[in-house]
Amino acid sequence: METMALTKLGPGKNCRIKKINAGMMATKRLYEMGLNTGSKIKVVKNDIGPVIVSIYGNKIALGRGLAEKIIVVN
Amino acid sequence: MNTIALVGNPNSGKTTLFNALTGSNQRVGNWPGVTVEKKEGSIKYKDKQYTIIDLPGAYSLGSFSEDEIIARDYILKGNPDVVINVVDATNIERNLYLTTQLLEMGAKVVVALNMIDEAKAKKIEIDINTLSQKLGVPIVPTIASKRKGIEELVSKAIELIDDNVDYKAHISYGESIDKEIENIKAVLSKFDLDYPTDWVAVKVLEGDPYVISKLEKDYALNKTSFLKDLREKEEDYELEIINKRYEYINRITREAVKLPEEQIETLSDKIDRVITHKFLGLPIFGLIMFIVFQLTFAIGEELLGGYVGAAVEILGAGVENILIRINAPDWLISFFIEGIVGGIGTVLEFVPLIVVLYMLMGILEDSGYMARAAYIMDNIMRALGLHGKSFISMIIGFGCNVPGVMSTRTLENKKDRMISILINPFMSCGARIPIYLVFISAFFPNHGGIILFSLYFLGIFIALLMAKIFSKTLFKGESSYFIMELPPYRMPTIRNVLRNMWDNVSEFLVRAGTIIFFVVALLWVLAMLPVGVEPYSQESILGKIGTLIAPIFAPAGYGTWQAAVGLFSGIAAKEAVVAILGMVYAGAQEGTALINAIQSAFTPLSAVSFMVMTLLYTPCAATLGAIKKETGSLKWTVFSALYSFAIAWLVSVLVYQVGTAVGLG
Repeated sequence: METMALTKLGPGKNCRIKKINAGMMATKRLYEMGLNTGSKIKVVKNDIGPVIVSIYGNKIALGRGLAEKIIVVN
Repeated sequence: MNTIALVGNPNSGKTTLFNALTGSNQRVGNWPGVTVEKKEGSIKYKDKQYTIIDLPGAYSLGSFSEDEIIARDYILKGNPDVVINVVDATNIERNLYLTTQLLEMGAKVVVALNMIDEAKAKKIEIDINTLSQKLGVPIVPTIASKRKGIEELVSKAIELIDDNVDYKAHISYGESIDKEIENIKAVLSKFDLDYPTDWVAVKVLEGDPYVISKLEKDYALNKTSFLKDLREKEEDYELEIINKRYEYINRITREAVKLPEEQIETLSDKIDRVITHKFLGLPIFGLIMFIVFQLTFAIGEELLGGYVGAAVEILGAGVENILIRINAPDWLISFFIEGIVGGIGTVLEFVPLIVVLYMLMGILEDSGYMARAAYIMDNIMRALGLHGKSFISMIIGFGCNVPGVMSTRTLENKKDRMISILINPFMSCGARIPIYLVFISAFFPNHGGIILFSLYFLGIFIALLMAKIFSKTLFKGESSYFIMELPPYRMPTIRNVLRNMWDNVSEFLVRAGTIIFFVVALLWVLAMLPVGVEPYSQESILGKIGTLIAPIFAPAGYGTWQAAVGLFSGIAAKEAVVAILGMVYAGAQEGTALINAIQSAFTPLSAVSFMVMTLLYTPCAATLGAIKKETGSLKWTVFSALYSFAIAWLVSVLVYQVGTAVGLG
């Protein structure tokens, strides 16, 4: 178990959300879209531009600035 | 009449379901006071009519966006007799989050478990009976795109209207929060609230700004320390409450839903690996846009535009014949032919182009590509101080700036939206093409392609440059975070594409039609007055306006009253420029006569300078009207008109002066 920013994980990696350090508005939005603490996500793409994650096969693109503030455990 | 409201997440198939339910019985309007679209339709069931309201798509019923507030207010105020909650079966946990909120509000809900076929393909097993029992609401499996399950859904919903069961969900938010809620309820019970007390109590704890300000204003709760004390704790509660809702959902889905162990790689995933590829994404996006424009202009302008033009001419000839037969005076004939028929013509000739553009954009949207386009462009747009979605409004602006400006509504952040509105007119709209074509045929018949391309490129360049400047000066601050769902690719449905096209085209017709028609008629009057003057001469009011403002354009190489009249009419409507130039240069003739006249009045260099001016200067009246409506500010509308004129003048003068200096004149 290691704690890190979402942007540190390569494609294909599974992780669990531990904490989101963004502002309240953005954090709430992420929670409401299913990216709340404890939810299991899989990194689909992480090279340039927004990071794409998948929650049970549903893809969400997250701007890099925001993805850096999402702390996950793998 | 009983009312059924449709609520659901974006991409849950809600619009498809709405179209399947109502068919052609729908109207599009606006929610009072805001620019959010309101869609209403009706259905007939067992000889009774029911109204169906399509509420804006939302992930939650908080107060994150206008859309959410509208959906929530509409349900809370007890308007719908029953709510159909569209739930995407392939994404059930996230979608049920909205459902729990509906249940907290005490709405009568029937769940349409949509895209049940896709869920099966993804090996997601849903025990509908258990799910229905645990949630305490009826559930009907549907496939909206294939119109399956619709009948049953409607009958279930209507059954519920006369049912008096309490559907309120009782979610436990954990001991400490539950206790807090009871305390708040005790305070609130002294007031006669518009909304259910349980719900208000939860919202207060969630720090919902809308509910809190309502309590403060309407119930003078700010005079007590009640809300202030709470606010100190609310930070912790806000997210905890959301987590608790998910826990509640998880307890239910654990028993009713079985997800596959391993995610299956779908066709969508495979397509995405190419479409969103690091290096391939951008060229593919460019290619798709190139094809969209080629098709728009080939089919819309060249193939169909000609027919419309011909039809308008026949109409004009017919009207003229009738007027001559009844011995109408010359001025009346002129008014009908040049003013009214001409006005209608300029609007109608545009319609094919917009129809084709919207059909193609609709296909891209419905297929799921638009979300990818925003994703691919986000990097570049962010570097310029914009949001990935801004690019979509710019693309639409190439067809017409009116819908381009309107489409900025999808941007949630005010800064992103204002910049996107202000730069949209630099996107060279279809109405400017005929102007370029006249000047190209007069001076550069063999280099039309490269000149058109350069003009479009210049427009994009100035737009992006201004975006950068605005984001550093007038609109500082962060662009909103990029959070965007990438829905699976789907075959676009003809029904959705046509529906979406028609909604947009009809709005264009009403908005642009009234303004363009009005200004073309006004220009005609200005060209005719004072009475007795030679129409469209320098002595007419129009000619005098041209003479007055012509010196401004002298440094740009076209300081004649005719050119000035052309540009002046372009502020009314860009479509009018060629017609007016035809009037003032060639005595009501377009085509070869106009081209010959322009060859003697302009030089190649001043022609380029004039084209640059028409590309960049003040947006047309219809676009300014749209800017006024979308910004809600006269100040920004005037600003838009003036700053674009200043930039156009500068660039145009620069082109002419530098060109002259290096000997191109």
